Amino acid sequence: MSGIGRLGRLVLIGVPFLWFLLFFLLPLLIVFKISLARSAIGIPPYTALFGKGLSLAATGDNFARIAGDPLYLYAYLDSLLYAALATAFALLFGYPIAYAIARAPGVWRQLLLFFVMLPFWTSFLIRVYAWIAILKPNGFLNNLLIASGLVASPLPLLNNFFSVELGLVYSYLPFVILPIYGSLVRLDERLVEAAADLGARPAVVFFRVTLPLTLPGVAAGALLVLIPAIGEFVIPALLGGPNTLMIGKVLWDEFFQNHDWPAAAAVAIVLVLGLAVPILLAQRFLEAEAEG
Amino acid sequence: MALLEVVGARKRFGAVSAVEDVAFAVERGEFFALLGPSGCGKTTLLRLVAGFETPDAGKILIDGADVTALPPYARPVNMMFQSYALFPHIDVAANIAFGLRQERMDRRRRAERVAEMLALVQMADFAHRRAHELSGGQQQRVALARALAKMPKLLLLDEPLAALDRKLRAQTRLELKQIQERVGITFLVVTHDQEEALGLASRVAVMDRGHLIQVGGSAEIYERPNSRFVADFVGEVNLFEGVRRGSLLHLRGIERPIPLPRDAPDGAAILAVRPEKLLLYQEEQGGFAIAATVVSSDYLGGSTLVHLAGEGGLVLKARLPSASAEGVARGGRVWASWPPDDAVALDR
Repeated sequence: MSGIGRLGRLVLIGVPFLWFLLFFLLPLLIVFKISLARSAIGIPPYTALFGKGLSLAATGDNFARIAGDPLYLYAYLDSLLYAALATAFALLFGYPIAYAIARAPGVWRQLLLFFVMLPFWTSFLIRVYAWIAILKPNGFLNNLLIASGLVASPLPLLNNFFSVELGLVYSYLPFVILPIYGSLVRLDERLVEAAADLGARPAVVFFRVTLPLTLPGVAAGALLVLIPAIGEFVIPALLGGPNTLMIGKVLWDEFFQNHDWPAAAAVAIVLVLGLAVPILLAQRFLEAEAEG
Repeated sequence: MALLEVVGARKRFGAVSAVEDVAFAVERGEFFALLGPSGCGKTTLLRLVAGFETPDAGKILIDGADVTALPPYARPVNMMFQSYALFPHIDVAANIAFGLRQERMDRRRRAERVAEMLALVQMADFAHRRAHELSGGQQQRVALARALAKMPKLLLLDEPLAALDRKLRAQTRLELKQIQERVGITFLVVTHDQEEALGLASRVAVMDRGHLIQVGGSAEIYERPNSRFVADFVGEVNLFEGVRRGSLLHLRGIERPIPLPRDAPDGAAILAVRPEKLLLYQEEQGGFAIAATVVSSDYLGGSTLVHLAGEGGLVLKARLPSASAEGVARGGRVWASWPPDDAVALDR
């Protein structure tokens, strides 16, 4: 018999289950309920789901609007593009950093890991605002470039595609570094030596042994960037320009400018479904990898 | 010309000296063992030959060519790791083919070689399994096949049998020897197990604290150890240290001096006697003998190991054929002796 007993086991499983139920599933159901309502003036600003005599007053109008208006589709696709590109860059920069930390001597390793997590001690909002100060036309970077004579007039670094990507990659880089670092330190050094011993040059060792064996870390890091980046609101709002159309911003606008809660709820539901599917697929992939 | 020559190799890790001025040569086709207790530097020496470590001083020559500065991938040696280090993300056949791919061997010849290697280690039915689906013994065979696949000039084996259980170890030892004879590749094996070293290798080098103490054939190492360390580390031994007077060794608390063997070097005042050389008598003999009491007798099947408490506080071990040990009872009084020339006199 196990030490915790039946009740203990029930509590152990029950607590996270209850948490999931209360703080994820239930709110999601409420959002879904709102997405089936019509916008109305009042408190709350939408119609009830059940009319008189318990007749169902649901409407698919909000979803129809999302399907019909290409603006939403473009916003979804743009978000996906921004997030996918940010994920790719974060992996490209994050892997070598994680590799360097994993190969560093013991004392340095702790220090470097501390540096990776250091930005979290400052508010996310302040760090994104700081980029405005750096990137704006008479900002730190442009002044530096002009002073050094590299450019004659300020470069358009802010409120465009570049600044949003930069903000995304900067903000989410630690989330890539940590899981990749985790899988790199778990990698058996003997396997790397065995590959070299069998005649593989360093590049071959990396692509045939190190990278394949750290793919779970890479996949975990990619998901940790991709998912929040798709729904990101703060970065496109602060660093993006008028042409930056990310779904998080569209959602914000529906809620706070148009006060159309049902439409916003529908956008959110589509976003969750659009995220849930890739997550499930990725998890399948990771499990298959782990089972080998 | 020797296949492997290690010349004055030295390696230190910080203040710790792992290998100190080690020099030895391994001949072509030999099965050579580096034997020593853990931490004696034998694995570091092996890693120097493989190229995973660079020596602080000295040279390593393989087939006459200086490889000291070459990285592991450029050396004509392959290694079988103690942990086997099989790639977990590819199957058995791909593991064995890994080294061949690096040589750009064409597909057909590669497949042939893999099949050949699988047959050699009797693993043909497991070509498409992953390492974690194999038993320890099977993993060991795959590791051997992978290391042999490239037909290296020299195969390095780091504690090849350490991870196997006792019975499998004896069987695998025999197979390893047979495979070595069949492929004709020079084997350099590292082990802490003296039984393994003596059983496998044609020549053995005994190491202690970074230094090479003795190099010789298995029988030579066992029968003619050159030092107290080798005598004690390889097999069981009775060691006596005393004051030498001419051809006699005087031990404290023992009346009669012990005669030294005729070939005893000058100044040698340590005597090593293997337990199986000891003769036990029920009655006092004329000539040299040590009076002793039987402390215990361990029946080991074919032989029996008798522990004795001798006069002057001496502790003795005697190995007798079980048939002749029947009369030896606990608490019994015996006289232990041996033909003087069956002992080895040591000066260090």
